[in-house]
Amino acid sequence: MNKLLTVIISVGVIILTSLPVLSADTDLTSNTGGLESLRGQVEVSTINSSEVMKRVPRDQHLIDRNYVQQPPLIPHTIRGYQVNLNANKCLSCHSFKNAGTMGATKISVTHYQTREGTTLSDVSPRRYFCLQCHVTQADAKPLVENTFTPVDSLR
Amino acid sequence: MLKLLKRLWVIMKSPSTASFGFILVIGFLGGIIFWGGFNTGMEATNTEAFCSGCHAPIVKEIRETIHYSNRSGVRAICSDCHVPHNWTDKIVRKVQASKELVAFAMGTINTEEKFQARRAHLANREWQRMKENDSQECRNCHQFDYMDFSEQGPRSVKQHSTALASGEKTCVDCHKGIAHQLPNMQGIEGW
Repeated sequence: MNKLLTVIISVGVIILTSLPVLSADTDLTSNTGGLESLRGQVEVSTINSSEVMKRVPRDQHLIDRNYVQQPPLIPHTIRGYQVNLNANKCLSCHSFKNAGTMGATKISVTHYQTREGTTLSDVSPRRYFCLQCHVTQADAKPLVENTFTPVDSLR
Repeated sequence: MLKLLKRLWVIMKSPSTASFGFILVIGFLGGIIFWGGFNTGMEATNTEAFCSGCHAPIVKEIRETIHYSNRSGVRAICSDCHVPHNWTDKIVRKVQASKELVAFAMGTINTEEKFQARRAHLANREWQRMKENDSQECRNCHQFDYMDFSEQGPRSVKQHSTALASGEKTCVDCHKGIAHQLPNMQGIEGW
């Protein structure tokens, strides 16, 4: 009798403790709400798993441009670099004023021009947010293969 | 009133009938309680929860920075950078901070607008403090003597092996806004 009670209680405990886990699991995997889409009744995550996060190398050699008008890529990490109304961390090295002492690449003079072609005395507001055009590069393979080759002058 | 004081003075002046050992033990225990209590109280004002009591939005700013979230899970809290670790310096800073209680009572920065307007002033004051003590709070963890330049990026090496090594610059001269949003940086050296 005592043994039977122990078995019943332990089975009960196991079922009760595993229930929330199971129900949470089912909630996570089938979140389609009972609807069937073109891909069937499966979650995006099951047929299209996300890539591993890529890391940006701390410092790398200058990255060549692939086409003439390409904004040069950022060859270093920029974590925590603030570019906003108050401050522009990029310009603290790459501005005309600081590039010399910091040994950094100067921004080009086109960054001083308005869209009408007037040259201003400081960086033009339309060019102020560096990361709109210049981006860091992670060591990642292209998602889609392509046969693009740079023009001769860039090779 | 004067009579009462006089009586107290007489009591304090005249030798007690209690045993010497008893007085020693009482003094010893009292010392532990008062000193311990004082230090514990002061340490309590060094916790992140205490800082957040008034500075909640500023404390939150650290979360996306390297001193809060990083690969190894080591982190700094407010007092690690803003309160000296050395005991006498800490007391000096804590007494200075009592002035900030007045500002709190007057509501100097109790709205977002007021804070933004005063942010540059506050930041400059803290940078100045760190410049004067040669970024002591940075150096409590980041000691120059143990920096391995071969492990640093070329950009870091260039600055650390020259300006920092010669003592011409101190940490905070370049590392501004590493744990907070920056104020308006117009006119600040190097920006």
